Amino acid sequence: MSFSKSKEGQVLSNPLVQVNPIMVQTLGVCSALAVTAELKPSLVMSLSLTAVLTCSNVIISLIRNFIPNKIRIIVFMIVISTLVALADQVLKAYVFEVSKQLSVFVGLIITNCIVMGRAEAFATTNTPKMALLDGLGNGAGYSLVLCVCGAFREVLGAGTIWGAKLPGIDSMYAAGYVNNGLMVLAPGAFFLIGLFIWVSNTLYRSSK
Amino acid sequence: MDIVGLISIALTSIFISNILLAKFLGMCSFLECAKTVKTANGLGLAVVFVLTLTAPLNWLIFNHLLKEDALTWIPGVEAGSVSLEFLQFLTFIAVIASSVQIVEMALEKFSPALYSALGIFLPLITVNCAILGVSLFMIEEDYNLLETVVFAFSSGIGWWLAIMGLAAINKKMMYSHVPEALKGLGMTFITTGLMAMAFMCFAGIEL
Repeated sequence: MSFSKSKEGQVLSNPLVQVNPIMVQTLGVCSALAVTAELKPSLVMSLSLTAVLTCSNVIISLIRNFIPNKIRIIVFMIVISTLVALADQVLKAYVFEVSKQLSVFVGLIITNCIVMGRAEAFATTNTPKMALLDGLGNGAGYSLVLCVCGAFREVLGAGTIWGAKLPGIDSMYAAGYVNNGLMVLAPGAFFLIGLFIWVSNTLYRSSK
Repeated sequence: MDIVGLISIALTSIFISNILLAKFLGMCSFLECAKTVKTANGLGLAVVFVLTLTAPLNWLIFNHLLKEDALTWIPGVEAGSVSLEFLQFLTFIAVIASSVQIVEMALEKFSPALYSALGIFLPLITVNCAILGVSLFMIEEDYNLLETVVFAFSSGIGWWLAIMGLAAINKKMMYSHVPEALKGLGMTFITTGLMAMAFMCFAGIEL
């Protein structure tokens, strides 16, 4: 049995498209919309979330047999917010500019339903190894949507990528091309994610 | 703080930078619960209620315990200059989770009618990012206590307005022909995008 067919492989690869946290499970939508105006903050946000998600999944899975069922939500919250506070300090220390741009959304990883949802739905019932893979897989699925969305919005909305001007954009401006200002604003994010869902639904269904 | 400033904060957070349509907070429960007008209404009310309660509480805790130089009232040489700001996430979420729990128990005991209307929505609220988001924004904006109350209340109203709007549109949408693959979540996103566009026409208003 090859890796991609094994249980481990599926836990890792399914969240990429088929059960993508944002597009299918409707988890963690807020930050996906809010930070994707440019590629750089999207990538930083993706990395932070993946780190927090993987760590929290492993920790919760390690202590899953000791958590009393009634107060499990509080325990999850404490684990997650400690990790988020750590991530916030790291971001402030190493990428201060981006951390300013992300502002409250780093803190909002706590209430990002992906972390909570995976802890509740997966980490409490699986071994640490599987929880680690699940965390990485869901983190990757989230990162995929965020980075593609960030790239689209930056290219269409500002004519740049990673802060640098696209090649040939000046001649296009000279020919009368105008940046699509809507893309940088809130509605642009909603439309893009809506279109992604449409595309992924169409592709997934036709391949079945 | 004059009354005009407060009105301006209120109008800004209801219309101009609506917490849901411009700041993208509270999307998850927004997308899940906007299926019927009744659910949307209950959740909206609960959000207004919890926001108005927790944001001022968090403000008091932040400014009197966590902020740099907030601990000067403790006799001691070093205590005054300690900044506990790195604890804000942990504290805020604990305050929100516990006050939601207390509100739920109090409602059940003293107002069964209101409890049956709001009851099932309250636990959902703890993980609604709008609640934590407002607490974090008020720190970012450096509001005073009165401004915080107004900001929290009107943000809640803005959220309520948006979810009611979406629920009503979703109801109408049942009679429309939406492409098969776009049905459900995809269409909800596009609708919300159009709503956000409509709200953007308030953006030019200077108060």
